[in-house]
Amino acid sequence: IDYTGTEPSSPCNKCLNVSWDSTPPCTCTINFTLEHSFESNVFMYYGLSNFYQNHRRYVKSRDDSQLNGDNSSLLNPSKECEPYRTNEDKPIAPCGAIANSMFNDTLKLYRIDNDTRTPITLIKKGIAWWTDKNVKFRNPTGDGNNLTALFQGTTKPVNWPKPVYMLDSEPDNNGFINEDFIVWMRTAALPTFRKLYRLIERKNNLQPTLQAGQYSLDITYNYPVHSFDGRKRMILSTISWMGGKNPFLGIAYITVGSICFFLGVVLLIIHHKYGNRNTSADIPN
Amino acid sequence: QGYEDWLRHKADNEVNGAPVYVVRSGGLVKTRSKNIRVGDIVRVAKDETFPVDLVLLSSDRVDGSCHVTTASLDGETNLKTHVAVPETAVLQSVANLDKLVAVIECQQPEADLYRFVGRITVSQQAEEIVRPLGPESLLLRGARLKNTKEIFGVAVYTGMETKMALNYKSKSQKRSAVEKSMNSFLIIYLIILLFEAILSTILKYAWQAEKKWDEPWYNEKTEHERNSSKILRFISDFLAFLVLYNFIIPISLYVTVEMQKFLGSFFIGWDLDLYHEETNQRAQVNTSDLNEELGQVEYVFTDKTGTLTENEMQFRECSINGIKYQEVNGKLTPEGFSEDSPDGNRHKEELFLKAVCLCHTVQINADQTDGADGPWHANGIASPLEYYASSPDEKALVEAASRVGVIFTGTSGDSMEVKSLGKPERYKLLHVLEFDPNRRRMSVIVESPSGEKLLFTKGAESSILPRSKSGEIDKTRIHVDEFALKGLRTLCVAYRRFTPEEYQEIGKRLHEARTALQQREERLADVFNFIERDLELLGATGVEDKLQEKVQETIEALRLAGIKVWVLTGDKHETAVSVSLSCGHFHRTMNILELVQHKSDSTCAEQLRQLAKRIKEDHVIQHGLVVDGTSLSLALREHEKLFMEVCKNCSAVLCCRMAPLQKAKVVRLLKTSPEKPITLAIGDGANDVSMIQEAHVGIGIMGKEGRQAVRNSDYAIARFKFLSKLLFVHGHFYYIRIATLVQYFFYKNVCFITPQFLYQFFCLFSQQTLYDSVYLTLYNICFTSLPVLIYSLFEQHVHPHVLQSKPVLYRDISKNAHLGFKPFLYWTTLGFFHAFVFFYGSYLLMGEDTSLLGNGQMFGNWTFGTLVFTVMVITVTMKMALETHFWTWINHFVTWGSIVFYFIFSLFYGGIIWPFLHTQDMYFVFVQLLSSGSAWFAIILIVVACLFLDVVKKVLYRHLQPTSTEKAQ
Repeated sequence: IDYTGTEPSSPCNKCLNVSWDSTPPCTCTINFTLEHSFESNVFMYYGLSNFYQNHRRYVKSRDDSQLNGDNSSLLNPSKECEPYRTNEDKPIAPCGAIANSMFNDTLKLYRIDNDTRTPITLIKKGIAWWTDKNVKFRNPTGDGNNLTALFQGTTKPVNWPKPVYMLDSEPDNNGFINEDFIVWMRTAALPTFRKLYRLIERKNNLQPTLQAGQYSLDITYNYPVHSFDGRKRMILSTISWMGGKNPFLGIAYITVGSICFFLGVVLLIIHHKYGNRNTSADIPN
Repeated sequence: QGYEDWLRHKADNEVNGAPVYVVRSGGLVKTRSKNIRVGDIVRVAKDETFPVDLVLLSSDRVDGSCHVTTASLDGETNLKTHVAVPETAVLQSVANLDKLVAVIECQQPEADLYRFVGRITVSQQAEEIVRPLGPESLLLRGARLKNTKEIFGVAVYTGMETKMALNYKSKSQKRSAVEKSMNSFLIIYLIILLFEAILSTILKYAWQAEKKWDEPWYNEKTEHERNSSKILRFISDFLAFLVLYNFIIPISLYVTVEMQKFLGSFFIGWDLDLYHEETNQRAQVNTSDLNEELGQVEYVFTDKTGTLTENEMQFRECSINGIKYQEVNGKLTPEGFSEDSPDGNRHKEELFLKAVCLCHTVQINADQTDGADGPWHANGIASPLEYYASSPDEKALVEAASRVGVIFTGTSGDSMEVKSLGKPERYKLLHVLEFDPNRRRMSVIVESPSGEKLLFTKGAESSILPRSKSGEIDKTRIHVDEFALKGLRTLCVAYRRFTPEEYQEIGKRLHEARTALQQREERLADVFNFIERDLELLGATGVEDKLQEKVQETIEALRLAGIKVWVLTGDKHETAVSVSLSCGHFHRTMNILELVQHKSDSTCAEQLRQLAKRIKEDHVIQHGLVVDGTSLSLALREHEKLFMEVCKNCSAVLCCRMAPLQKAKVVRLLKTSPEKPITLAIGDGANDVSMIQEAHVGIGIMGKEGRQAVRNSDYAIARFKFLSKLLFVHGHFYYIRIATLVQYFFYKNVCFITPQFLYQFFCLFSQQTLYDSVYLTLYNICFTSLPVLIYSLFEQHVHPHVLQSKPVLYRDISKNAHLGFKPFLYWTTLGFFHAFVFFYGSYLLMGEDTSLLGNGQMFGNWTFGTLVFTVMVITVTMKMALETHFWTWINHFVTWGSIVFYFIFSLFYGGIIWPFLHTQDMYFVFVQLLSSGSAWFAIILIVVACLFLDVVKKVLYRHLQPTSTEKAQ
């Protein structure tokens, strides 16, 4: 579901030209209908397009050792982070363009049942790679577990409303190991990409995770994409063991398979026809 | 290459460091040959080679003469007599020599072996004697002293100024045609690289014209970047693209090619088929750079003596008084009828043998006659006498005669001793009528023990038969023709009995002619003509210059393979032709054209034109061309084009009477002709060295004439027949191997870098790499290098026996067929095609922006790159596997090993947070990729899609237009 709001009719049109620090944040609501119910676990993605996360300057603008909890890098980030390395003579944590431009829209999903809006529980853990969350990303170490103290001496990225140690209330999802943050830090390969936002777990075996029907999506619209003709989307998807629905593999397998078969038959005929000639021609030699 | 240079250096050191004795300050000083300076007096002992060019001062003989053999210089095995000037000849001891005060003046160093002009001024008791010095007193470096115990000589030319060294061409770096085409491919790739970089840079700026792409809010530039000048930025962007794409130039190709050549050259040495048991010699590789050139040869230039032939004359048959005899087990057996040979014939036989024994210039190794006479007498079977002769024919004849029972035991004073059937006889040598090429015969006049004066003449049948008066002339003529047909070298023998009056007249006329001051030669010839007439024909001999085994087959095979064979020899015309005939170089059916003995430019040109016309008129028969040295130099000077045209239309060319440098000149002529054919020169003596060095590929035969040729050759083999295996099997393999190696390298680098290029379209041309830098580096070094190296070492696309038995297959790879433009285009296109499939296959998979993981998580750009890379490594390795026809366990090991290694390495590389690395981009990327089922399916699918079309193409071509090589597989 596209909620960029470029069309005047879109409820989010009013938010089109938001900037980072607009207070209060612009909010909008989009209603939509699910034709079919989603039986198994549902994955909620946000998608951006025309956003070049794979630009070289962007990709390298990070400091992995800072993110790994290295205290010296925390206060002295890598040069690669320029121009997002320091702000007002204080080191930025997390530094770099990637972190600075972290996606910060908030999406909430409601089921509309007879005009009553029931919120759907969105699980925010388990969206990042396990290894990223547990090994690659670590909060700085020090005395105590008070993140505020640990990030002492650093400043927040310019575009962030809050510092990194206030990303989440839960301590195991705060700071550098915030999963939304980790997901964002894995730069996408192509300018049109999607990232996992939330999980919707199936509660019991009796009813589907999401029934067919009316839903509404509440958006806290913070993230400006209009300046670079970007689009924002929200995607709901189920997944099999092979991943999401991907027509490419199926089509490709069928195509290649049939070509193989066809050529195989052709070759067989040719072999049959010319093979005899060759063997007989070889004998006199 | 360095290794080979080192070996060469070692061999050079051996020569330079050889010990020699130099007379210095009154004594004999042992020193190294490199320390000899001009003016030193050098002592050389028997059977030693001369370290420098020497002017002979004295020998152990009274007359100051010595014998040398110049076999390693010009290929002539006979002994040459050199004499010292009489003033110095008496100085036979070191002490005497030390007192010698003399000045030698001579010309500047010159390449001609047979010219030397100088003079020596000897100061003796305040009196100066000036003597001229000619080539007869110059001992050339490289020649070997024979029959003389020791000599003293003054060094006149040393080091690079010696005549032998002047005849060398400096060893230039030889480059193979493959290397040349490799370089031109590189240039094409360089152009592709520049094109891609320029295109990317331009597109980048086109894209960046708008600020929203150049610098969106999420990705701002640093102050520094913003402030740098536009031109500087443009250049740095261009350079960045160059760096990004530079892997398209396969730098590792050179390393791999060098390694392949170095390791591959061992196979030639290891080949047991090239091993010669009798001499215990293997083939030897001096320049591994040229391995593949062996598969490209179009012209073979071969020396005759010692290369085609064993350089050993052997007596085979003779015809005496009209009856043909064959030598069987040391006895002459008449052919046809046996036992009823009349006594008259017996007498003739004896006379014939005596004639053979007497009419020659053979000398006997002095050492052996002294002591070995007794024991030989007891044995009475084979002669242990060592004969030396200026003509190997004579040597063979004398040896044959001694086997049959008439033994020449030596000369003493002016008489010759012959043991005939055990009885020693003494003949007084009265006159020798020397051989000269115009008369084509030689004679001796002897006085027999019984006082009879006899003339024995031996010579070519064309000069003897017309002069014969009696004897079985017709029958002999028939026999001679038969011998010639068998490839034997024939000589006729005749004799004449003089009455005392006749002899006196002859003696008088001879003396007159010999002492005549004017026109001595003409008058001598007249006298000789007068003497050598009214001969009574005794018979004819057939001597075989034993051809090496399988020479004929080899030459025939070379011809079948489309290689033109030229024989370049220093021999005289007739000998050369007869050997050519016997070794199959010339066919009986061939129309033999001659271009010989032209003294002037115009006649030579005229003859050439006529030959060209004759060739045009007659297309049916094959033509053979015979050229001699002088005519050749005339032809080359003015009528090069015409000559080349004639040559090209002849299927066989024979050049005789060639000087060493002339041989090289002929090679160069062909080498630089418009078609630029690949030439191969093969020879065994020092006289072939310049030719060997001039040709693209030089092959030395490890023969009897020293190691000069071997040292300067690129390859050395023991026998001529090994050439066919060397070319058809090794050459073919090496060529196929290196050609595939080169093409494959370009292919795999195109595959490698094109996805990078394509990726730029998706990342705003920001020079973002698709692959991790470690993968970038290791791709050529680890992941894909070994299978192709092993392939290039072991590949045998056709069984070696098939290759050898079907020389025609050689034509399939001639003219650099596998490195032409078409195959190159094919491989490059294939590379691009595969790259597109890799990239867009992965793009379609990832670009559908669905999750590929079972838990809904997403992949990033590094995973995308790794997927492309994985597919690529597998495809490229499998492609090599498809090309391989000959699977050894090593091939299996490295092919599957490479893929397995890639997986293990990636797991390891992605499995650890590397403390020293700046970024941890690859952390667990590979594992995550492999944990996706779709990725697995995609990998298999893309690999199959890439290779399937290739397989189809191969099969189709095989069935629809198979090359003869493929048919033979």
